[in-house]
Amino acid sequence: MRLSSKTITLLGLAVVIAIAPVFFPSSFYYRVGSLIFVNGLAVTGLVILIGYAGQISLGHAGFAGIGAYACALAPVHFGLHPALAAVLGAVLSGIIAWLVGRPILRLKGYYLAVASLGFGVLVSMVLANEAAITGGPDGMAVEDPGLRGALKAIGIDLSNTEFWYAFSGLILVIGAWLALNLYHSPTGRALRALHGSEVAARAVGIDVAGYKLKAFVISAVYASVSGSLLALQNKFITPDVAGFMHSIEMVTMTVLGGAGSVIGAILGAAILTILPQILTVFQEYEQLLLGLVMMLVMIFMRDGLLPSIARRLRRGGE
Amino acid sequence: MPELMQFFLSGITVGAVYALVALGFTIIYNASDVVNFAQGEFVMLGGMITVFAFEAGLPLPLAALIAILGTAVIGVALNRLAIEPARGAPVVSLIIITIGASIFIRGVTQIVFDKQIHRFPAFSGDAPIAVGGATILPQSLWVIAGALAVFIGLWLFFTRTLVGRAVLATANNRIAAQLVGINTKFIMTLSFAMSAAIGALAGVLVTPITLTSYDIGISLALKGFAAAMLGGMGNPKGALVGGLLLGILEAMTAGYISSQYKDAAAFVVILAVLFAMPQGLFGRKQTDRV
Amino acid sequence: MKLSMTTALAGTLALVLGFAAPAFADIKIGATVSETGPASFLGDPEAKTLKMLVDALNAAGGINGEKIEFVIYDDGGDPNKARTFATRLVEDDEVVAIIGGTTTGTTMAIMPVAEDAEIPFISLAGAIEIIDPVRPYTFKTPHTDRMACAKIFEDMKKRGFTKIGMISGSDGFGASMRKQCLAIIGDYGIEVLADETYGPTDADMTPQLTNIKGKDGVQAVLNPGFGQGPAIVTRNYAQLAIGLPLYQSHGVASDSFIELAGAQAAEGVRLPGTALLVAGLLPESDPQYAVVKAYKEAYEKATGKPVSTFGGYAHDAFAILVDAIKRSGGSESSAIRDAIEATSGLVGTTGTVTMSATDHLGLDLSAFRMLEIQKGGWKIVE
Repeated sequence: MRLSSKTITLLGLAVVIAIAPVFFPSSFYYRVGSLIFVNGLAVTGLVILIGYAGQISLGHAGFAGIGAYACALAPVHFGLHPALAAVLGAVLSGIIAWLVGRPILRLKGYYLAVASLGFGVLVSMVLANEAAITGGPDGMAVEDPGLRGALKAIGIDLSNTEFWYAFSGLILVIGAWLALNLYHSPTGRALRALHGSEVAARAVGIDVAGYKLKAFVISAVYASVSGSLLALQNKFITPDVAGFMHSIEMVTMTVLGGAGSVIGAILGAAILTILPQILTVFQEYEQLLLGLVMMLVMIFMRDGLLPSIARRLRRGGE
Repeated sequence: MPELMQFFLSGITVGAVYALVALGFTIIYNASDVVNFAQGEFVMLGGMITVFAFEAGLPLPLAALIAILGTAVIGVALNRLAIEPARGAPVVSLIIITIGASIFIRGVTQIVFDKQIHRFPAFSGDAPIAVGGATILPQSLWVIAGALAVFIGLWLFFTRTLVGRAVLATANNRIAAQLVGINTKFIMTLSFAMSAAIGALAGVLVTPITLTSYDIGISLALKGFAAAMLGGMGNPKGALVGGLLLGILEAMTAGYISSQYKDAAAFVVILAVLFAMPQGLFGRKQTDRV
Repeated sequence: MKLSMTTALAGTLALVLGFAAPAFADIKIGATVSETGPASFLGDPEAKTLKMLVDALNAAGGINGEKIEFVIYDDGGDPNKARTFATRLVEDDEVVAIIGGTTTGTTMAIMPVAEDAEIPFISLAGAIEIIDPVRPYTFKTPHTDRMACAKIFEDMKKRGFTKIGMISGSDGFGASMRKQCLAIIGDYGIEVLADETYGPTDADMTPQLTNIKGKDGVQAVLNPGFGQGPAIVTRNYAQLAIGLPLYQSHGVASDSFIELAGAQAAEGVRLPGTALLVAGLLPESDPQYAVVKAYKEAYEKATGKPVSTFGGYAHDAFAILVDAIKRSGGSESSAIRDAIEATSGLVGTTGTVTMSATDHLGLDLSAFRMLEIQKGGWKIVE
């Protein structure tokens, strides 16, 4: 039996997530793992936007903020279950992305960058300023969704960090599966065509604006779910989640690992999540080294780590 | 209407700061199509180096000169070590490289200098000047004059000098520029040196008003970037008008509507302008190529 | 191929991370503060203070003959990072107690981790929510912002001001203090006629101040905020010749504020400060005299920078913890927690700390001193 590359990728991802805990020296590594999965989900969405469709966004943290605050606010104000609140946040992000995406996706390059940046800034500003509702810059607590308790009731007793490792890992595999399916679908082919050349894509009758918008909305939903997962596992959220630096972090993870492939981007998320934990050894040199890594990878591995390494391996194997 | 006058004076003070940062973006963008997100770090370096040279006992003008020259050297190094090797990379990679550079410069600055907030004395004292029932500080006049001088200098440079035109030619078509005998490598070096020097000059002029510390760069870069895009990236006139407009808009919003949402108002207007004019107010029209 | 590579990577990373945390501790204490990021103005002196105190204590032989092993992380002011580092301190470094949480946001992110793991946690942030309601393992050293507000309003009342204007920073510190001031201002019969804000990186606040100036009946102005904002507000205040008394918060309580605002513009500014700020003005009979003097001299010698109130918070947190470890006679987290709660009469830079099961701060208003800037220096005005 021959497996498709998609199946191999997904199986690989699932197996790595499942057996990595064997190597964990302490349960802290579950926390790092779950952060990688949360970030991995957001960058999987960005792969669709940046890697497939070739568009930029410096404001996707805005959608993560919407997802995160939906989980914080809906249970308090509407009595909604936190898990349903995450769904509500995703729907809301999708609608907002659809409304915002229509005008801003007409822009190109740096103009698209500044417009999306403006959107992200506006979201984080509302979250920080409407203190009466959102708790302001100091943030607010998020209700526990009670999923761990439900598992315990059926005899599966996991610690807090273990549970979020498993749960975020599961969501990531599902997210990656959907993204890989999209890649091989007609929509995916259309997106890649317009990435290559918008003019050519338009010439062969592809609805360029419509497909770009589709990619934007899908990636916004990914970012929103990622924000929700973060809020739920941290049980506390501040407007930082929607901040400019978080947007940059997401784009950097995507491009650093390789925006063209889901696994590459998840690898980027893993590296940039783990790196600050390793750099603590270097104390005050932490920032300096982080900047250096960002520059060096982008200069010497232009397509991102994974494609560059894969190419080198292939060449070495010949 | 002394309030209106005061809001206006505040607006052009802040706007001139943004304009100076935005002007720094234009040269590098014109020469290489790169928006340098580390531009804010040049402003920070201009202020911080001046502070420490001044505190070490040098006279202020000499300290400022050292800061400007030192920053220009750092700008050239940035081009040689990071931008030149990445030539032809997609926009998103260049954004990450320049943001990486900005984090790197910040990281070095906090080790070499410190993490405290600093200022040095205003050039012509702190006695406010009364204008139509409102007041403005002499240092604000320095900043406004600086923004105008840099604008005029750049305008003359790009329209009247051979080197300036060579910069534009390099941006337009690097290979064609090389064919007609333009040393594009030198043009790039010059562009980064000038951009960094303008950034550092901005830092020297604004520090007595805004104060400085190792981490002010990123927010200045964002505002300057927004101002430059509002005016149309690459055009010195766009940078000046975009910066002043942004500053006045913020001051008027803070004065008449809500100080909480003054930054929001600025971005709403930028979004509105870009929807109507996708190249900014004075930007070049771009055509799609297959 | 792909699979084995990723697995190998995970294994290597686990090794690298594990290597980063050497074992063999006598007593292991952890900290996560905001050495960089928007709150580095607060977090930097905190980190320097903690490192200095640990070195000094170990050089003097440690606690009850046992050395301290100290692990400190920089969370950059990001609550998500703070939670991760707190988890690392608890699960990986296995510390017996945590100091940190420079801002209220990072503190609220660390707190659930410490409470779940039942490890004592001493926060360095201002908000009253940290200790109200009291949680078993969470303590804090700075006065609450509410106490700072109360101190200021008492002074305003004494001077007969009933109508004020406020201009607050929109960062966590300013927004939190603004909220708490507005919550208690009614108790003092004071009314807020103008309520303005500014962003933490703003360069000019004259529009907001012009609006305050234009409000009829304003008798004084209060500026909750920290960092460069209050210095610029003070300069703009002088530029507009508003001429009303200006109150700053404890967030600017350091000598560098006078330097940044300029002695002339800062003349007459009042703020609630700690004894640390006026170390030179304290009489030798003052209970805090010795502690404050020793810390100030040591810090300024070690770093070459003037002391700030924030470093003082870290100093007090460390003093409380060391005192509790000494009294508990071991390194059991629960015993240390009980000992911290039993802290009594401990003199710190912020005040004299006496905790109880219902008070995990242990300070009262008397620890605050109303200070006024006169001729470029501090004066105690009470």
